[in-house]
Amino acid sequence: MAAPSETVPDSTSPRARRVEELDRVVIRFAGDSGDGMQLAGDEFSRSVAVAGADFATRPEYPSEIRAPAGTLFGVSGFQIQYSSHEVFTAGDAPDVLVAMNPAALKLNLADVRHGGMVIVNTGAFTEANLAKAGYAANPLTDGSLSHYQAYPVNISELTAQVLKNSGLSKKEIARSKNYFALGLMLWLHQRPLEDEIADIERKFSRAPAIAAANVAALRAGYGFGDTTELFPVVYHVKPAPMRPGTYRTLTGNQAASLGFVAASELSGLPLFLGSYPITPASDILHTLAALKHFAVTTFQAEDEIAGVCSAIGAAFGGALGLTTTSGPGMALKTEAIGLAVMIELPLVIVNVQRGGPSTGLPTRVEQADLLQAVYGRHGESPVPVIAARSPADCFDCALEAVRMAVTYMTPVILLSDGSIANGAEPWRVPAADELAPLPVSFRTDAEGFQPYARDEHLARAWVRPGTPGLEHRVGGLEKDSLTGNLSSDPANHQRMVTLRAAKVAGIAREVPPLVVQGPPSGDLLVVGWGSTYGPIAQAVEDAQAQGLSVSHLHLRHLNPFPADLGEVLARFRSVLVPELNLGQLSRLLRERYLLDVAQLNKVEGRPFTTAEILGRIEELIG
Amino acid sequence: MSHAPGAPQQLTRKDFETGLEVRWCPGCGDYAVLSQLQKLLPTLGIARENFAFISGIGCSSRLPYYMATYGMHSIHGRAPAIATGLKLARPDLSVWVVTGDGDALAIGGNHFIHVMRRNVDLKVILFNNRIYGLTKGQYSPTSGFGAVTKTTPLGSIDRPFNPVGLALAAGATFVARSVDVDLEHLGGVLRQAALHKGTAFVEVYQNCVTFNDGEYRPLTDPKVRDENRLLLEHGKPMVFGKGRTKGIRFNGAVPEVVTLGEGGVAEADCAVHDARTPGTGAEYLVAQLEPPAFPVPLGVFRSVEAPTYGGLTDDLARTARERMGRGSLDQLLRGRTTWAIGE
Repeated sequence: MAAPSETVPDSTSPRARRVEELDRVVIRFAGDSGDGMQLAGDEFSRSVAVAGADFATRPEYPSEIRAPAGTLFGVSGFQIQYSSHEVFTAGDAPDVLVAMNPAALKLNLADVRHGGMVIVNTGAFTEANLAKAGYAANPLTDGSLSHYQAYPVNISELTAQVLKNSGLSKKEIARSKNYFALGLMLWLHQRPLEDEIADIERKFSRAPAIAAANVAALRAGYGFGDTTELFPVVYHVKPAPMRPGTYRTLTGNQAASLGFVAASELSGLPLFLGSYPITPASDILHTLAALKHFAVTTFQAEDEIAGVCSAIGAAFGGALGLTTTSGPGMALKTEAIGLAVMIELPLVIVNVQRGGPSTGLPTRVEQADLLQAVYGRHGESPVPVIAARSPADCFDCALEAVRMAVTYMTPVILLSDGSIANGAEPWRVPAADELAPLPVSFRTDAEGFQPYARDEHLARAWVRPGTPGLEHRVGGLEKDSLTGNLSSDPANHQRMVTLRAAKVAGIAREVPPLVVQGPPSGDLLVVGWGSTYGPIAQAVEDAQAQGLSVSHLHLRHLNPFPADLGEVLARFRSVLVPELNLGQLSRLLRERYLLDVAQLNKVEGRPFTTAEILGRIEELIG
Repeated sequence: MSHAPGAPQQLTRKDFETGLEVRWCPGCGDYAVLSQLQKLLPTLGIARENFAFISGIGCSSRLPYYMATYGMHSIHGRAPAIATGLKLARPDLSVWVVTGDGDALAIGGNHFIHVMRRNVDLKVILFNNRIYGLTKGQYSPTSGFGAVTKTTPLGSIDRPFNPVGLALAAGATFVARSVDVDLEHLGGVLRQAALHKGTAFVEVYQNCVTFNDGEYRPLTDPKVRDENRLLLEHGKPMVFGKGRTKGIRFNGAVPEVVTLGEGGVAEADCAVHDARTPGTGAEYLVAQLEPPAFPVPLGVFRSVEAPTYGGLTDDLARTARERMGRGSLDQLLRGRTTWAIGE
């Protein structure tokens, strides 16, 4: 075998090899949490996206930052499905697994499709690492891989060889091996290197030696595939039919951040984010902290409570108040959200849900905060709740949450979750002028001003301090329904509680008619919310292809429910609600519509597979 | 009722009264503080609509309802956080925080220390009555060791906070203490706080007539108060007592009370109060003076200049715009890498 560094092509067509046309491929990168698997996965996604494929990704990483190398609990993974058709999920069983060490192989092999490709970094299969992964015998030689096409590649050694004269330390060299793996995968999937090289040079512009090493490792991986006879085929996936336009990839947390900046630009209101770092929501704070060249202020508060309270203070001052968190932080913010309900100021609270209760599974997905969002405050304290269904949908939901908050003068809860927040998908970039206007007006007329007088949405007026003649006081104590002065009058409290409830309930009137995927009536309606969109959509499509009478309804509006929801549900003989909790939406639907609802529940910290949902559909109507 | 922004100098204290019936107990020290504030605000050259009063929960936190400015009576302990958000969003406003010993130092302790260290340009007035009044008589974080209250029938075993010491240690740039009924002193301290740029903290010893009456009598009774209080003045020797016969001398960091004229001790031997030199720590030693061995220091402990949090926040935005230009939404939405899908 020639030294890879001498035979690396710049980026050319491969030697004559069989090109296999594929409809869809599922790839999983797995390695130590310090191995750079998330980066390799991200870069691979970008590359196939640029080729016009549709895709979805699912990063999975431990809550330990860098667990001891080689251990099972230190394994980090990144899965991508890309296809020439519409992609709903990151896929069930990987067709290709890249395992950077024994622990990664051990944890992930069972998920791989039988007959799938397993690329193994043999360099990490030392006795010590095998022992750490709990392997009694070497799986590369004991027949463990007999159901798969195994490709042993000494990625560690090949990377070390190509970088031996780089002047970098052993540790630094070892860090480049994810780029070798990426190079190999790009070759296998017929993607050019130029974009990737440009990206490395940009990313590591402050460390040119590291950039050069990563480029060399990338080329080496690519060249290795091209020059060795190891791989008999390369793969090609045609572009997916997608709506014409300009596309980019983005994660849910990026999409939410962009949505809030767009809301600020469209409304002309400065955006104020008060937040406390928490997984998996922190990326929104990171993203917005870097956007201070917009009208964006970020405040890393001393705790979750100060995060939401500072946002309430900013909203009182006439800014767009935003706070971002995950479950435990949501619990801490609860009292302050009640204050925002009482003083009727616009506020958006983003809960990027994770496994709970308590610290729970911080880096894993769960949808168990729905009832908390709808009901989790003391007193009669109605708050609108919406949920994003996919990474890109976080953009639209952020805009909608702001629109609702300023129109109805109310806090709004936007639910996302760990899989949406970190998962990525292609997004058709709207031009700024394609976005609907978001007009906001402050009251400036002192004539006849009453702080709690209401408009057609039952919203009170928003007044910026500094406006002469409109000085007024708000507060957590019950207030007179007009003057806002303290009032403990029984009839007034009854009126105010009813008014606050009616205001939030009234939002249902403006929710657009529901859209059901599939026939508008039939045997079964699968109703979902949030990140279960992908697997439900895929499972329902598969079931429809089998001729089953099933449709899919995915709810964004969880409080209040859309006005036509009852009617839509009634058009189906039965309703199934798959959720990553023990049955929270199903409880809300039963309670509201007195409807028998079949459930499918999972709380493993992982998304549904398509097969799990399809299986339940078949069980019910198959 | 409305005032043109250009005419704030015509304001009077009446303009700051809401006309609502004040609901504190008759004789409560809160009346005095409210009154001093209403007297002070019209003199600051700030239009009424540009004041905002934010409070937490407790007797003192009712104050915004009686102040005819923008105001918010918020939730327990959180006023500093709310006020921080308001001030960052609206640097043009004069934002005041009204809080109490339970509100600021128990449930809100975390926000309190952080608002002190950040030097947000807020005026924080802590009404310290050393008791929970609104919940009817439980001990607070400033109640004395041994204090007998409803929840400490055998005496408190909590060591109390010294709010001034806490604020100084947390890095506040303006720290002062006054007493509710000493109107002249209180008015003067509040004025200095109002003029300070940065977090200004004023602890007001405030009498709770119902649950802790007489707590500060040694400091307020004209017959004895001179023996019990040390009125701090920057650049002046620390002298107290009827006829200014006593002084504070520091032997290293150890204070002692000296009698002037005794054993050759003169005023010049007393420590000189320095509130304005940053980093000496001297004001912290002064804050540790406590009865019974020492008089209670009143006045401004520290008043130093430092960049305000709001000013620094503005600087960050300016730097970001200098580096990247005013953000363009189109560019932001497109990001770094895009690809086109054709018809």
